Amino acid sequence: MATTTTEIEADIHAHDDHNHGPEPGLMRWVKTTNHKDIGYLYMWFAFSMLLIGGAMAMVIRLELLMPGLQYVEPQFFNQMTTMHGLIMVFGAIMPAFVGLANIMIPPMIGGPDMALPRMNNWSFWILPFAGAMLLSTMFMEGGGPAFGWTFYAPLSTTFAPDSTDFFIFAIHMLGFSSIMGAINIIATVMNLRASGMKLMDMPLFVWTWFITAFLLIAAMPVLAGAVTMMLTDRNFGTSFFDAAGGGDPVMFQHIFWFFGHPEVYIMILPAFGIVSQIIPTFARKPLFGYSSMVYATASIAILSFVVWAHHMFLTGMPVAGQMYFMYATILISVPTGVKVFNWVTTMWRGSMSFEIPMMWAVAFVILFTIGGLSGLMLGIVPADIQYHDTYFVVAHFHYVLVTGALFSIIAGVFYWLPKWCGNMFNEKLATIHFWWAVISVNVLFFPMHFLGLAGMPRRIPDYSLQFADFNWIASIGGFAFGLSFILLAYIVVDCIRNGKPVKEARVWESAKGLEWTLPTPAPYHTFTEEPPRELILKESSHSAH
Amino acid sequence: MQQSKDQYYVPEGSYWPIVGSIGMAFLLGGFASSLHGSGLGAGLAVLGLVIVVFMVFGWMGQVVSESEGGYYNQQVGKSFRIGMGWFIFSEVMFFAAFFGAMFYAREFSIPWLAGEGNNMWTAKLLWPEFSANWPLVKMPNPETFAVPSALVHAWGIPAINTMLLLCSGATLTWAHWALYNKKRDQLIYGMIATITLGVIFLGFQAYEYAHAYGDLNLKMTSGVYGSTFFLLTGFHGFHVTLGTVMLICILMRIIRGHFTPENHFAFEAVAWYWHFVDVVWLGLFIYVYWFTG
Ligand code: HEM
Ligand SMILES: [Cu+2]
Repeated sequence: MATTTTEIEADIHAHDDHNHGPEPGLMRWVKTTNHKDIGYLYMWFAFSMLLIGGAMAMVIRLELLMPGLQYVEPQFFNQMTTMHGLIMVFGAIMPAFVGLANIMIPPMIGGPDMALPRMNNWSFWILPFAGAMLLSTMFMEGGGPAFGWTFYAPLSTTFAPDSTDFFIFAIHMLGFSSIMGAINIIATVMNLRASGMKLMDMPLFVWTWFITAFLLIAAMPVLAGAVTMMLTDRNFGTSFFDAAGGGDPVMFQHIFWFFGHPEVYIMILPAFGIVSQIIPTFARKPLFGYSSMVYATASIAILSFVVWAHHMFLTGMPVAGQMYFMYATILISVPTGVKVFNWVTTMWRGSMSFEIPMMWAVAFVILFTIGGLSGLMLGIVPADIQYHDTYFVVAHFHYVLVTGALFSIIAGVFYWLPKWCGNMFNEKLATIHFWWAVISVNVLFFPMHFLGLAGMPRRIPDYSLQFADFNWIASIGGFAFGLSFILLAYIVVDCIRNGKPVKEARVWESAKGLEWTLPTPAPYHTFTEEPPRELILKESSHSAH
Repeated sequence: MQQSKDQYYVPEGSYWPIVGSIGMAFLLGGFASSLHGSGLGAGLAVLGLVIVVFMVFGWMGQVVSESEGGYYNQQVGKSFRIGMGWFIFSEVMFFAAFFGAMFYAREFSIPWLAGEGNNMWTAKLLWPEFSANWPLVKMPNPETFAVPSALVHAWGIPAINTMLLLCSGATLTWAHWALYNKKRDQLIYGMIATITLGVIFLGFQAYEYAHAYGDLNLKMTSGVYGSTFFLLTGFHGFHVTLGTVMLICILMRIIRGHFTPENHFAFEAVAWYWHFVDVVWLGLFIYVYWFTG
């Protein structure tokens, strides 16, 4: 697949070599075509969004601390849940993964940069504008969107505030950015991979992102279609989601979840990749079942397009439809289970040590599995009739997204940060932070299972008295978890500014992979020459060379 | 910032992306405010559009001059091809959303509204008079919608348009052969023919829209059939317009002597795009105009 670089264009080249470092000044960040610059921009953007979305979550938990309406109006509460979800999904988790892909894929495949560097810059620089447009809706007349992150019609069409049209265009821009980012990753993996690296030599993070990129280019345009139909239904008199004209509000849900379910895998496949990089390093064993991991990822990706209506079991679909979507959904847990077992087996009888990234990875495996199991419960129609739209669903997706996706990002940042900046973080503080976050996150989300089973509906600012205790506990956990991010920010900034310098190229002694053959801190330009096949094989973290 | 003389090419930094983002934000933000009666919004949208167009030409101009300056290598060309190919795939998925909406309305929501399956009460309680029909000329609640008196007939203009687009695909391929075989005149004629066919297609399409709106009362507000009809054909027409503009740019580059048999990514990309637009049209012709029963 990769063009052999030796045969490349000795002929056409008339360009002098000006192999310089970063441009001085702030404009560096605006104009940059460097994959690491762009990746860092993504990471900082994602972190700021995480804090903004987190602040909204604090408002939600504050209001839910006690029964009764105390601090905010119900309408504002609904804006908070809506914006929190949208910002976390589109502003924090997805950009953070794209950022990690940008920083890590070129070094992992022995390439120089991303394949389409200018487009890469554009993918990032759309985000601040889209994010600002999304946030600006909160300050408009009639308030921001308050229909939930899933923006079901007719709440988002007939009954929505004017600001919804800004929301729609923000989604268009975010989608455009994601599609370009995904195209770039596909082109990079296919075309800039060192010629000595076969597909089945690729590290799992590269594999999972490669597959995720296909999910993105197949799913995001469908979302663009959905918001476009919303736009014309709202402003130009079409009736896609209006039964009086022959359309159907439930059709909105079908289109949305045709995007939405692949979207949740877009947010978890790269996480699988990160964890599959970290665990072999600290278990000091090659990854167990590498090829089954690749095939499992691919099957999850394919299946993710045929299970969407498990979000809609209660919309009055025919029983045959419920049966099909139930079985298809449960089928996904097979490849997901394969992954969990492979991680556990990799650790089995390994010489384990528990550095910070490993702690996060292990926490991921345990806590993500809890989320997967509650997902299984939700996938069973008779059970979902009870659980749907309760806090049980909220517990489920926060286990997979916070202790799954977000934890993997934190794990990845701790794993690669010393390589990026050349300094080690304060391990003592990081340990405190780990336990603080892991305990508080469970205090926050675990009681939500009980609340949901007891019937507490989601997306409400008030609740009946029997839910009071668990809500109080969850809120306390929530505030603690929220605070832990201040500590995380401190640890990262402190590491970059004053951390103890790391000299070894291989920051973690048993880490394998081409990225660890580059000097620390990582040079501005990644591989300027192709690494040879022997090196690639030697650095493979999944075969015992 | 190229990294290694004989291996990789990484382009210099550029202001175009940020210009594009600003233009896009003005265009979409302005448009959204104009939807709610802001005159300033319309102005902003126009300004944004101008910035976006400026950006596209500036950015592409830079790429063209780098390419003609010999800075690119085969690897860059391959990245461009992969990028364009998967971009087209994403466009296919965008159209798929609208096709999906049409099939859903036709196969599910309309029969259900008329009581099919276990939906007897839906029909009885909501619009008891309604009976399923496709293309939907009589909506469940006709009062609030533009009820068309007739539909666009497949074997009139749409059939002619199908011919035009199929021919344009052929003339474009003919031009492509000419490019491979260094037959400059044939190349230019082929391009001119393709562009002309595209423009005639658009003319017919505009005429058909005027006819539908003016004579048939078939509008975007004609229930879900009108919605899918105009959004599908509208987005298609928009893509044909873009394609035609791109073909014109390619023609101008050909006249300036760009492109060699080995090296003509831009030509290929636009050709792929044109064929994609062509294929979408076939889907439209078959499912929107022809097999409607
Ligand atoms: C073992 C695999 C999984 C299964 C069987 C599963 C199943 C389900 C089901 C049936 C629902 C709908 C519940 C309802 O609304 O009644 C649901 C909701 C959800 N799941 Fe999962 N899930 C799985 C994994 C994941 C993963 C990996 C993620 C994301 C990383 C995820 C994110 C979500 C989200 C965000 C929702 C809620 C959407 C909403 O209504 O707001 N799930 N899941
Ligand atoms: Cu799902």
